[in-house]
Amino acid sequence: MTGKSGTGRRPDGAAFIIATLLAVFGSVLLWDASSIPDRGGYAGIGPAAMPKVVGWALIGLAAATVAGAFRGRLADVPRQNPLPLILIGGGLAAQIALLNVVGFALATGILFAATAAAFGKRNLLLTLPIGFALALVLYGVFDGILQLNLPGGPLETLIYGG
Amino acid sequence: MSTFDFLIQGLGTAMQPMILLYALIGVTLGTAVGVLPGIGPALTVALLLPVTYGLDPAGSLIMFAGIYYGGMYGGSTTSILLNTPGESASIVTALEGNRMAKAGRGGPALATAAIGSFVAGLLATLALAFLAPHIVKLALVFGPREYFALMMLAFVTVSAAFGESTLKGLTSLFIGLGLAVVGIDGLTGQARMSFGVPQLLDGIEVTTLAVAMFALGEALFVSAQTSGFQDKIEELKGSVRMTAADWRRSWPAWLRGSAIGFPIGAMPAGGADIASFLSYGAEKRMSKHPEEFGHGAIEGVAGPEAANNAAAAGTLVPLLTLGLPTTATAAIMLAGFQQFGLQPGPLLFATAPQLVWGLIASLLIANVMLLVLNLPLIRFWVMLLRIPRPWLYAGILMFATLGTIGVNPSPVELTMLLLFGFLGYGLRLYGYPIAPVVVGLILGPMAEQQLRRALAIAQGDWTTLAATPLSATLLGIAALALIVPMLLRMRGKGQILAKLAGDSD
Repeated sequence: MTGKSGTGRRPDGAAFIIATLLAVFGSVLLWDASSIPDRGGYAGIGPAAMPKVVGWALIGLAAATVAGAFRGRLADVPRQNPLPLILIGGGLAAQIALLNVVGFALATGILFAATAAAFGKRNLLLTLPIGFALALVLYGVFDGILQLNLPGGPLETLIYGG
Repeated sequence: MSTFDFLIQGLGTAMQPMILLYALIGVTLGTAVGVLPGIGPALTVALLLPVTYGLDPAGSLIMFAGIYYGGMYGGSTTSILLNTPGESASIVTALEGNRMAKAGRGGPALATAAIGSFVAGLLATLALAFLAPHIVKLALVFGPREYFALMMLAFVTVSAAFGESTLKGLTSLFIGLGLAVVGIDGLTGQARMSFGVPQLLDGIEVTTLAVAMFALGEALFVSAQTSGFQDKIEELKGSVRMTAADWRRSWPAWLRGSAIGFPIGAMPAGGADIASFLSYGAEKRMSKHPEEFGHGAIEGVAGPEAANNAAAAGTLVPLLTLGLPTTATAAIMLAGFQQFGLQPGPLLFATAPQLVWGLIASLLIANVMLLVLNLPLIRFWVMLLRIPRPWLYAGILMFATLGTIGVNPSPVELTMLLLFGFLGYGLRLYGYPIAPVVVGLILGPMAEQQLRRALAIAQGDWTTLAATPLSATLLGIAALALIVPMLLRMRGKGQILAKLAGDSD
């Protein structure tokens, strides 16, 4: 849904993309439901009924979105800056990739710094250490005291013990 | 035993030191997040859900209710001093409140908001206590078809009745319903939409979706705006004391706001934001000083603030007595109950009366705590407004992932967080409401099960759904709530409905 959202001049194009995504989601629901053995039992409808209804409804809504796009604009979308989106998305992706490798504190510190950068604080020498330190404190509080099970890495083992 | 006895017993529970502590933590956190621009009560409850796995159920639920009430108080501070509402129910407060602050009357504006919230919270919580047993009695005769009809009504009011477009509301709702299909079917054990990924068999966590939509989606949206908007914080000058004239003008507005807010919250008719808009309209019409509206009329702050707190208490009526969430925050609180193996509804009043009445009683106590937190300590909360955005959002995302990792430290869960975050950003960008997605996700499977149960009881006869007067009436109201706004919009009268857009909380 984020594609082609940048220009702000052609929201009608966006309507087609949204409609496509809705139709795809609906079709996946229908496709998955088609492989469900639908024994209705006493009710007459079984587990495949709901995905079928929702699937057709989404396809119908996609059609209505397209029809609406010919009548007027979907929304007035202000110009978007893609860089912060990439930074935050990338920061989260990095956290996902590194979480079970380097542990919670380091991975989350990277997300912290990436988010701060997205909002204009680009000084990594400042934001990265703050992120690491904060995440390490959170790890201590939530893993140690509140018994959440957070993945630890070498850093956590070093400070809080195994 | 009468309601009064139950309430006294509940107060006994609520006065235990640990429970008082939970309530205090809840209202403090709630006020803090209400004040912080960009995060509302729905997000806070979602963030804190995983954190409370190890705590006791009564304490955690009381904490969540405290957050809900506190968020409603705190939001007014942001609206009045910053003109950027902290939560959607405070948008109207910004209209008059920010003008008052600009005119150097920020103190009285904050005071009338806080005292109005207190009056409304007190009245509405008492109304909740006295109304709940009656609804519970009524609900005992509810069968699956009545529940199904109620849920249809909730779906329509949450998605299509208000807001700028029926199409967008319904689209959001069906995205939520589609996501709700993922996982194991509750009646037959059939896996749906899981594509062989074992983590998907459990379905999509409401907390993951809510955190992604409200925290990540919001952060993405705010960061991507190119027109760098500058927030100007109005200085809080002078005392927060209200003059005799302020009191005289505020009292009727508080009472009217409570009277408008509570029923709106209690019926599945939308959340606190709608109540506050209606209250603003009522004050404007009934005011003896209509010329002051738009230039800082105190009634315009007092009424809506009372209304949104009364509505917040009102939403607890269907949540506690029927297990029916009508706002995003209530939906997440329902997930909180379920996390402890509790199903809100008429049965809960019979099986866990201590918990329910302890919760209601502690709301009364939380309300007193909030008055203390918000009047003498207001200057401390104002300081929170000065946290620079990079640190604020970096911290929010850190907590958002902490919660998700705490529930389930799997890359699949975090990837869902990432995907839903971008989905939330896209929805926000194109003006699709978020709340219907969350409500659809949690109510979808419940509605499906009630429907299939009702049909199984009637041997597949669809007319059973409208066979009792109650279910027929509820379905009729749901149909009207869908069709009438569509006709209004077609005839070009949609602006009023668009103003009532229920955004998030």
